[in-house]
Amino acid sequence: MTDLLHVDHVSKRYAQGGVLSRDHVDAVIDADFSLNRKAPEIFTIIGESGSGKTTLARMILGLETPTSGRILFEGAPVPTTGTGRQRRAFMAKVQPVFQNPFEAFNPLKRVDRYLSSTARSFLGLTKPSDIDAAMDAALHKVGLTLAEVGGRYPHELSGGQLQRAAIARALVCNPSLLIADEPVSMVDASLRMSIVNLLKALRDDAGVTVIYITHDLATAYYISDRILIMQKGRVVETGPARVVLDAPLHPYARLLKASVLSTADAGAGRLEPSSALIAECDGLLQRADGSRLVAQADGRQVRVYG
Amino acid sequence: MNKDDALEVTSLKAYYLMNFFGITREVRAVDDITMSVRRNEIYGIAGESSSGKTTFIKVLAAAMRPPLQIVSGKVEYRFGGRTISPQSMRDDDLAELHWKHLSYIMQGSMSVLNPVRRIQQSFVDFAKRPLGLGGKAFQDRIEEHLVDLQLSPKVLRAYPHELSGGMRQRVTIGLATVCQPEFIIADEPTTALDVVVQKDVLSLLRTVQRRMGSSIVLVTHDMSVHANMADRIGIMYAGRLVEEGPTRTLFTVPKHPYTAHLVASLPRIGDTARRPALEGRPPSLADPPSGCRFHPRCPLAIDKCKTDVPPLVTVGEGHRSACWRAADVKPLMASAANPVTA
Repeated sequence: MTDLLHVDHVSKRYAQGGVLSRDHVDAVIDADFSLNRKAPEIFTIIGESGSGKTTLARMILGLETPTSGRILFEGAPVPTTGTGRQRRAFMAKVQPVFQNPFEAFNPLKRVDRYLSSTARSFLGLTKPSDIDAAMDAALHKVGLTLAEVGGRYPHELSGGQLQRAAIARALVCNPSLLIADEPVSMVDASLRMSIVNLLKALRDDAGVTVIYITHDLATAYYISDRILIMQKGRVVETGPARVVLDAPLHPYARLLKASVLSTADAGAGRLEPSSALIAECDGLLQRADGSRLVAQADGRQVRVYG
Repeated sequence: MNKDDALEVTSLKAYYLMNFFGITREVRAVDDITMSVRRNEIYGIAGESSSGKTTFIKVLAAAMRPPLQIVSGKVEYRFGGRTISPQSMRDDDLAELHWKHLSYIMQGSMSVLNPVRRIQQSFVDFAKRPLGLGGKAFQDRIEEHLVDLQLSPKVLRAYPHELSGGMRQRVTIGLATVCQPEFIIADEPTTALDVVVQKDVLSLLRTVQRRMGSSIVLVTHDMSVHANMADRIGIMYAGRLVEEGPTRTLFTVPKHPYTAHLVASLPRIGDTARRPALEGRPPSLADPPSGCRFHPRCPLAIDKCKTDVPPLVTVGEGHRSACWRAADVKPLMASAANPVTA
């Protein structure tokens, strides 16, 4: 087995409504991809809200159970329930980073307590000096030190520092997979690139594979190796990031690219809405039932409609 | 006051003044801002959290509550030949000013619209009195206005939760523009929206603004929104206006190191060159650095920056910058006009 993570034809269906008006929502439909253990990469999942990207991430973390299909981590199914030994071993290797650092941390708890409890439960450390060393090592990877963060409450750190501390928290137990759900959307503009550059450095220097979930195509282009574009639960285009984003083939991917506000001709005020593409995408959604992903010569897969 | 100006702000200082057991603590959230907004113009204000931009628009909208106070300076609007200064107005006059002349598009359309009232009732609450129209005429007016915003009049019978995020944001734009105000303050109008919807809403907002000929102060931290919406941009840092100029000028030849960084750090599709990250943290307004407030993070800082506050001086046509070394600021990345191929 060389797969770090294998998402094998996974779907998730949520039930909605009462007994008489039973209905369902398909959050993820037949997602299928795998990440290689040998080659760390930044794998980006892109889509609007409601596209199922967060549901997919929650299933990989074992917080939701797939309705059909299975998710294998290092060849074994992702343990979903309880706090048993298996689940702990899994959690030590797969760690999340959440969107808003100000909500991820309890404002009444010192930031370093999150790091020390992670060190205690996942590394099994008990001696205070060992715990401090593990914390300091993780903080160093994100460009902070224990002296800066130790004993501080979340409000005493800037958004960028706090998000870096959140990433350090995830790195304490030396995970091989980091799942970052919109890690920069709540961080100030001047600090945003420090987080994005950090994710890049984690891949290159620490060999951590990152699943980067975002709706921002520009940062996705900047850091990712491979990209997966989702529309209403379906994967519509996937492949090498630059190939896909330079010339997207699926209308929805083209629409996303056309909607990025370009700064290239600042002041020119180019804001024509892409009505034709929006109509085309809505039309394709109606015909999506018989559609399938087809591999292209340049290594990407694009959904075609029958 | 220039007769083309719709708003003039002169040496405005607005502080949060707090008194604890005889010790006065002040937070200088707006510190000495002088600027003006012309008629039929979109003026963008950019700045990160705790740069004082929200405090600034609270003062502009005359929505101040203690402990926020105007310490000195003045804010003057010019509506139809009258000069109005909201800070010296009584509450009754302010109520008349709001919505009819001066309106507000707020952040987070979900929390702005009353969840237990239909959209129709929200329109009655906001617009019935300022418009002064009765029954049928009022109904026709709001339906016509919604059609202009590419919304079906059916939304009037819906509750906010029945509409999508983009539709709700269009409804809030509708509420803010139905009385044809001369001045609109938009606070992060598209931050909660998806990329596709965002472009749609922005393009709509600008079409409406150009048709009515009103002025908009657009506040957002997203430089790519400013690039496409604003005619002129003012950059705020730690309570001060540090640079102001026409949009194209700021993006191509910034004259303040902070602006140069903001512009350079924007990733672009089709360009993977490494983007610089700015070190350090935004300063606390309760205890700002001495001299130029950007100096601890500034790559060009010299000794003078630590002690003397740089004034906002003209550096080009309609272009002002508050930097002692404005002449030495170079764009950090190749601009789109003359790209460097890697």
